[in-house]
Order: sequence, then C-alpha cells, then structure tokens
Amino acid sequence: MAENKREPALHETNGINRRHFLRDSIWGACLAGLGGAAAFLSAKSRSQDTVWQIDPYVCVQCGNCATYCVLEESAVKCVHAYAMCGYCKICFGFFGPEPFDITEAAENQLCPTGAIKRTFVEDPYYEYIIDESLCMGCGKCVKGCNTFGNGSLFLQVRHDRCLNCNECSIAAACPSGAFKRVPADRPYLLKMVEHA
Amino acid sequence: MIRFGYIIISIAFFLIVCGITSSVPAAPMSRQLQAQAGVERFPPPDFVESGYELPSPTTPHPRQNIYEYVDAVVLLAALGLASYLVLKKRSRRAILTLSVFSLFYFGFWRKGCVCSIGAIQNIVLSIFDRDYAVPFVVVVFFLLPLVFTLFFGRTFCAAVCPLGAVQDLVLLRPVAVPSWLESGLRLFAYAYLGAAVLFAATGSAFIICRYDPFISFFRLSGSLNILVLGGCFLLVGVFIGRPYCRFFCPYGVILRQLSRLSKWRVSITPDDCIKCRLCEDSCPFGAIKVPTAEWPARDYDKSKKRLALLLLLLPILILACAWAVSTASDLMSRTHPTVRLADRIHLEETGKEEETTDASAAFWATGKEMSESFMQRPRISRPQLKPAAGSSEDFWDWSLLLSLLAILSGEQG
Repeated sequence: MAENKREPALHETNGINRRHFLRDSIWGACLAGLGGAAAFLSAKSRSQDTVWQIDPYVCVQCGNCATYCVLEESAVKCVHAYAMCGYCKICFGFFGPEPFDITEAAENQLCPTGAIKRTFVEDPYYEYIIDESLCMGCGKCVKGCNTFGNGSLFLQVRHDRCLNCNECSIAAACPSGAFKRVPADRPYLLKMVEHA
Repeated sequence: MIRFGYIIISIAFFLIVCGITSSVPAAPMSRQLQAQAGVERFPPPDFVESGYELPSPTTPHPRQNIYEYVDAVVLLAALGLASYLVLKKRSRRAILTLSVFSLFYFGFWRKGCVCSIGAIQNIVLSIFDRDYAVPFVVVVFFLLPLVFTLFFGRTFCAAVCPLGAVQDLVLLRPVAVPSWLESGLRLFAYAYLGAAVLFAATGSAFIICRYDPFISFFRLSGSLNILVLGGCFLLVGVFIGRPYCRFFCPYGVILRQLSRLSKWRVSITPDDCIKCRLCEDSCPFGAIKVPTAEWPARDYDKSKKRLALLLLLLPILILACAWAVSTASDLMSRTHPTVRLADRIHLEETGKEEETTDASAAFWATGKEMSESFMQRPRISRPQLKPAAGSSEDFWDWSLLLSLLAILSGEQG
C-alpha cells in the first residue's frame, strides 16, 4: 500500500518531481525575498554608523550615567563649554552647597572624585578644568552649574571610551530620553554660545 | 508538513519585508522634554589683563567607519571559509580553529557588538520607525548569514558566531537531551524571537541585547545579573551542547527554517554508511537521526492527518493567542518608557502617588500644560493604559499570530 503512494524517485522522472520542484521554487522565493530585503534595507539604511550621545538640553543629571554604563568606569564624562563659563570665583559646580571655606580643599568640593581643577586666572576669575581620568559622569557639578550658574558644564558620551553597544544600558535607564543615536561623523552634541 | 512550514515562513518573511503592517510613529518624548537652555547669569569675562585664551573641549572620535567595513569583509571571509571547511574539508579541528578566531575577533576584539542576532532588532526598528536609519553594516551582518544558510546550511552557527564558539569550547561532558524535551524547549526560541520583534518594533527595548548572556564575557565587564546568567549558561553548556543556540537564540530560529532549504548540506552518504550508529551517540546536539531504509520514507497518510488537524486547530490557537496578547498587552506596554511615564504621570495627577520619580520629575519640569496635552491623547488617557504608539495594538496581535504560525510549522514539519 505504502509502496503505491511513494513519490517517484528522481531517476524515474527525468530529474524532476513535485517535491524537487516545490523545494526549488520555495528556495528561489526565499532568495528573491532576501534580495528584496537587501534592496529595501539598503535604500533605508545609511552608510554612516550611528553612535550614542546625550542631548545636554534634555539631560536632567539624574546620576544614572555613572552607574548604568556597562563599563566599570562610565563612558559618560563631564565636558566644559569654556565660552559659556562665567569663570566665577564661587562656582556652584565646584563647591558644595555649604562650603566650609572658598578653597580647593576636598571637603569644600562638590565633585566626589575631585575631578575638577580650579586655577586662578585673573582677579576675580577662576578657571575650571575637568580631569577626565577622574570624572565618573555623575553629573553633580552639571546640576549645580545648570541650577545656579551659566550651565557651561554638561555630560557627554566620550567616544574614546564608549563601546557603542547596540542597546545602550544608560539610554534604557535614562529618565528624560536624553540619549539618542547620532551620526558617527558628528558624534557630539556640544553646548555652544548662542550668537545673536 | 515541511512544505506547509516553508510556505508560512515565506509568507511571514514577505510580510515582514514588505512592511505591510502599518508603521508605528515614534514617540514624541524627546521633543516634549526640552529643558531650559543655559541661562547666562554671569557674563563670560574678556580677560584683557592676563591674555588668557579659552581652551576648547576635546572631542575624541569614535571608531573609524572604515573598520565597520573591515568587519563586514571579515564576516564574509569567515562565512566563506566556514562553508568550505564544513562542506569540502569536513574537518572538525579546522572548524574549531575558525570558531576560536571568530570568538576572538567578533567576541573579544569587537566586544560582541553588533552581532547578527541583535541585528534582527535594528532591522525591525528600521521598518517600523521611519526616523531610524539602520547602519549599512548592520544590514550586512543580518543578511549575509541568511544568504549563506540558504546555500550552505548553518555554517554561520558552526564557526562564525562568537556565542556559539564560546559554548562549543566549554562542552566537555555532552549529555543527550530526550527528543520530547528538546522539541519542547525549542519553542522558547520562537517566543523569544516574537517578543524581540515586538519590543523592537514598538521601540520599547532591544531585549536580545539586554539579556545577551555572553556579552559580559566579551566586554570583560557588565552587570552582575548578566554575568551570573552567562555563568549559568556556560555551566549548563558543559553538559548540554550549546544551550543558548538550541533553546533561546532568536536568529537561530530564522536560520533553522532557512537551513531546511539549503542547497548543499552535510549529509551521510547512504552508500558508505554501515549503520553502526556510532555517530548518533557522538553528536552532542542530537542532530543525527536513526538511519532509514529509503529516502523519503514517510508515512503520507499520517502527515496528511496531522496537517488537517493543525488546520482545524489553527483558528482556536489564533483565538487563544489573541486573548493572551490582549491580556498581556497592558502589562507589556509598560516596558515602553513613554507608556510608563504616562502611567506614572496619571497616578501622580490623580494623587495616588505622592513622590515623583526621576522621569516624572523631568516631565513636570517641562511645564504643566504640556502634561495636559500629553494626557489627552485618547489611547493613553483611559485609566487602563494601552500601548502608546498608535496602531501597535493590532500589530501585537498580528506578530503574535505570525510567530505562532512559525512555531506550528517549524515544530510539526
């Protein structure tokens, strides 16, 4: 019984039978589908890679950047837009809320790692430089500067450190949606002085 | 039954490729949350006295674009070599050597990202989000292994995928998995693929990347949970060959179906086989089946009955799935940050929650009137929140249906 229902073997049918025909046509359809997908996707795609970056005007300095990065030391660091800085003697990004004294002593500083270097320029101006090897991207100074100062400190993904994960852990944890994909040839969203 | 599977898979594939299901608009979160720009409270000084010059912030560049193309070329070369080694040379040692290279190049050197498995999500997101342009290299990583599979079988899995390579290396004491358990556990991969497509299409998350168990090893850093997960997979992998690939890998599902069609494949030459059946025991993945007298020795009556039964069951299964999705959609939609935020805002506005979260605080800082317009969007303002992104509800049903069809066809075929 079963013998009757068996499909004819290949040599009985001049090298083609229904099974092979079906198989080959589906194979062809799949290949055509892949070709179509390639055409469709390359029309939609861009040759440029994209990288993650923080929009400093959306960032709320929650502190997630310091803790959520897959790197032990976050790829996010503080960046200083010097042209916006007021070079204040009493900087709200540098000094804690109630400093004991207006000096560079550690107990007066807001930065938990002492990553901000304060140097005298001319009376009454002081320069503030971020030491990136110490900065961990907590954004405490950014919050202080944004709240009471000019907002010249801001957080940025540093691309010498960033692994550019497909799913950025910080972006997933960002409460304000400040993380976005930007083209790799313009990888920073720097704060600039607004020219009149 | 396999035919049925092919047809369904092709249809599903074409549906996805053509992007027939309506596109989900991107959530307008980022545009609404425009915090105030910097205020010039202290005018910048001129520094006439000291002649101080303003330093400019450094902007170290990301990895050069050219390396992305190098990756694509290496992928192509590795796939070609793997296919040669599998089909022509048939040398297990050579394949293992190549997989060690892949482990170091795609794993440790490239830090495992972008990989073909995760690329599924980028492709899906690019179809459903008009604003998202998928990088060209990601398209290459997604499509090349598929094309190679259509010709040569899953040579990508054999020697190119770093996740497979790391599991191959730890497989020391293989234990056979009973076939009923194997086919049962395999279903999970289909569900995982379906979920990954859903979450990527709605812009909620890239769950494949988030729960990639081996990425922490490649980066040599990462969260503790994922490290533990990866450790568990490796531990299980000592006894059960490639547990992630067989039971979880969502890309493996696509490759599994395509490999049924592949032009050339590894096969046991019937004339040379002496039916000693030693190979059955030595295959750690249970891929070698009992030798049969003749090919194709199939019981067609049984197959037909099975197909008929499946076709009868199909409407019931679709209904069951639709019910499951509509029940779960409420919960699942909370994974989308916009929905979660809207939910939170709603709770705070109605006074059910006193404290604010980081997200809601950021939202309140942008102004109340925005919140009203945000809440008045009809789909969100209902007490029971539905997915925020426009037509996603229909889409959820659709994609679950597709994944269900894939499960049926794949496992019964």
